[in-house]
Amino acid sequence: MEALRQVTGIAAPLLRANVDTDQIIPTRFLTRTSEEGLHEGLFAEWATRADGTPDPGFVLNQPAFKEARILLGGPNFGCGSSREGAPRALRQRGFRSVIAPSFGDIFYNNCFRSGIVPVRLPQETVEALARQGGELTVSVDHCAVRVEATGEMHAFLLPKLLRRMLQEGLDEVALTLTQQAAMDAFRVRDRALRPWAYL
Amino acid sequence: MQPRTFFDKVWDAHVIADLGDGACLLQVDRLLLHDVTGSVVMRELQASGRAVACPPQVFSIIDHLLVTKPQAAPRDGWTPVAVEMIGEARRRARELGVTLVDVDDQRMGITHVIAPELGIALPGLTVVCGDSHTCTLGGIGAVGWGIGTSEGTHVLATQALVESKPKRMRVTFDGQLGPCVSAKDMILKLIGTIGAGGGAGYAIEFAGEAVRALSVEARLTLCNMAVECSAKYGFVAPDERVFEYLKGRSYAPKGEAWDAAVTHWRSLATDEGAIFDAEMRIDVGQLAPQVTWGTSPQHVASVRDRVPAPAGEPQAQALAERALAYQQLQAGLPLADVKIDVAYIGTCTNARLSDLRLAADWLRGKTVAPHVTAICIPGSAEVKRAAEAEGLDAVFRAAGFEWHEPGCGMCGSGRGRLENVRVISTSNRNFENRQGKRTRTHLASPLTVAASAVAGHIADAREEGVR
Repeated sequence: MEALRQVTGIAAPLLRANVDTDQIIPTRFLTRTSEEGLHEGLFAEWATRADGTPDPGFVLNQPAFKEARILLGGPNFGCGSSREGAPRALRQRGFRSVIAPSFGDIFYNNCFRSGIVPVRLPQETVEALARQGGELTVSVDHCAVRVEATGEMHAFLLPKLLRRMLQEGLDEVALTLTQQAAMDAFRVRDRALRPWAYL
Repeated sequence: MQPRTFFDKVWDAHVIADLGDGACLLQVDRLLLHDVTGSVVMRELQASGRAVACPPQVFSIIDHLLVTKPQAAPRDGWTPVAVEMIGEARRRARELGVTLVDVDDQRMGITHVIAPELGIALPGLTVVCGDSHTCTLGGIGAVGWGIGTSEGTHVLATQALVESKPKRMRVTFDGQLGPCVSAKDMILKLIGTIGAGGGAGYAIEFAGEAVRALSVEARLTLCNMAVECSAKYGFVAPDERVFEYLKGRSYAPKGEAWDAAVTHWRSLATDEGAIFDAEMRIDVGQLAPQVTWGTSPQHVASVRDRVPAPAGEPQAQALAERALAYQQLQAGLPLADVKIDVAYIGTCTNARLSDLRLAADWLRGKTVAPHVTAICIPGSAEVKRAAEAEGLDAVFRAAGFEWHEPGCGMCGSGRGRLENVRVISTSNRNFENRQGKRTRTHLASPLTVAASAVAGHIADAREEGVR
C-alpha cells in the first residue's frame, strides 16, 4: 500500500445519520470478479434518478464537489454490512478521508486498509466544517484537520498501529509474518490447552 | 485474580502478541468465507502469492448468490455473474485446500445457520467472516465478528488478526417473555432504545433471566442483530443448554476431547463482580411484538402503536422524515393499517427450525391474504429436511406460502425479484433498497410475519390467541 501522510482538498458534505454501506455501494456492484470500477456504484441509488440519469440534487453530482477528496458524514457513518467495497469505492472516486462524529466499527477498520483516513470529530465541528466549505487538510502525521482559509485546527485520534500503516504504507500481512515465531509458539501452547480449536 | 467478563477471558486467551496502544495480534480459530466477499479474499491472497496458513480452519460456504426458487436444482437460474462468482468460490477453495461446502452438499446453507449446526463455531472460539452478521455465532458462546476483505486476506495468510480491544457492555433482559413475543422482539426493542449507533465501540454481552430462558436458536437470533446497533460483537456466555445443542455435531469434539472442552467452556462465564464499561437493563415482562416502520433498525415500535412523528435531535429528526418519505408512511398512522405486499420468513436471523415451527403452528388452518405473496426460505438444507420431516412445508404451502430451497434469499445477492413493494420480513436490515429497488421493509419476528401474511397488513399474532 502507498504511504498516506496528508490529504488536502474540498470537503463534500453528506451529513445524514446512519449512512449504511449498502448505500455507499449497493450489493449489485459487488457481485463481480474484479475490484475495478467500484466507484461507478458509489451512492448509486442516491446519485441517479429513477430513469438512470444523474440526480443534480445529490451532493457529489454538484460541480463544486466533483474534485472533493474529503467526505463529511453524519453520526454512525458506514454502519451495516462489512463490505470493504464501500471504502474502496470511495477511494476509487478520489476520496482519501471521511470526517464524521462516529463510524460503524467494521467500516472504520476497513478504511485504513483501503487507504482512507477516518476522522472522528464532534458533530458540531463536522457541521461547522460543512457550513464553512472550502479546502481542508487532514494530516495523519499531526492527527489534525486544518481549515485552509482560516488556519483553524481540529485534533483527532487514530489508533497508533493503524496510523503507522497509513503513514508508511505498511503491508500488514508482511508485518504479521515477522511474528511467525510468536504465532508458532502460541499455537503449540494453545493446542495443548484447547485441542478442539484446531481441526 | 480480578473478576473477568466472558469477553475478557476469550480475548485474553487469544492474544498472540500485544502490539501496544490496545492493539493485539489475535489467534483466529475459524475463518468463514462466502461467495461474495470470500471470493475476493481468496482472489487477493492468490494474487499476493502467499499461502494459506491453516487450511483446515477455513471454510468456504456458498450462500449469497443462490437462487432459492421452489424446486430449483442447485445450479438453476443463476445469473451470469453468479455463475462466475460461485465458480470462483468453488475453484479457489479447491486450489487453496480449504473446506468447501458446495451448493449441492447436504450440509449447505446460510453461513451463520450452518456454522453452529455443524459445530464449526464452538464456545470460546474466535470466528471471523467477511459478513457483518458473524456476530450471530455469539448465540453459542463463540466470539464472532465481521471483517473486511483486507482483514480476511490477512487471516487467510496468518490465521491471526490485528484487532483493538473494544469496550464491554452488558445488556440485561429481565422478566419473562409473554406469548408470541420472541428474541427478535427483544433485540429490536434494544436497538430502538439505544439507537443504530448505540453499540459502536462495544462488545455486547446479553444476560439476564430472559436470555437464559431462550433456546440456543433464539440466542442466535438475538446476537444476529447486535451489529444493527453498530456493535461488532454480541454474545451470550455458553451454558448447559449450548453444550447439549452442540453435542454430536460434525465438527464438535468427541469423546474425551468433548469432556475437556465442556470443562473449559464452563469456566468462560462472566465472573461475579466483573466490571463492564456500560450497563443497560430492559424489562421484557410487558414487551409487545416489535416492528420497524422506517429505514433504520432503530425505527421500531410496538405492533399496536402508530407511526411516530419525527422527534429528537435534528439528525434523528431528519433521518425519520427521510425514512417516512421513503417508506411512504404518515406519522400517526396505526401500524395495523399498513397493508403489505410480501411476507418473508428466512435469512440468517430467523430461518432456523424453531422459527419455522412457530410460524407454521400459527399458520395451521389459516390462509394468506389474497393480495400477499408469502415466502418461506429455510436457512439450510438440514433445516429444510427437518421441517419437511415434520410436515411444516405442507402447512406453509396449504396456507399459501411459497416453500423455497435454502439460501440467503432476499437478503443475499441472488435476490432482485422484488421491486417497489412493501415487505414484512424476518431479516435484519430495513435499509433503503435492501430487498430490491424501492422495496419498503418492515422487520419483525416470524410470528408477526405469519400473522401479517394472513391479515394482509401488519398484525399482532397475540390477537389470534396462539401459543
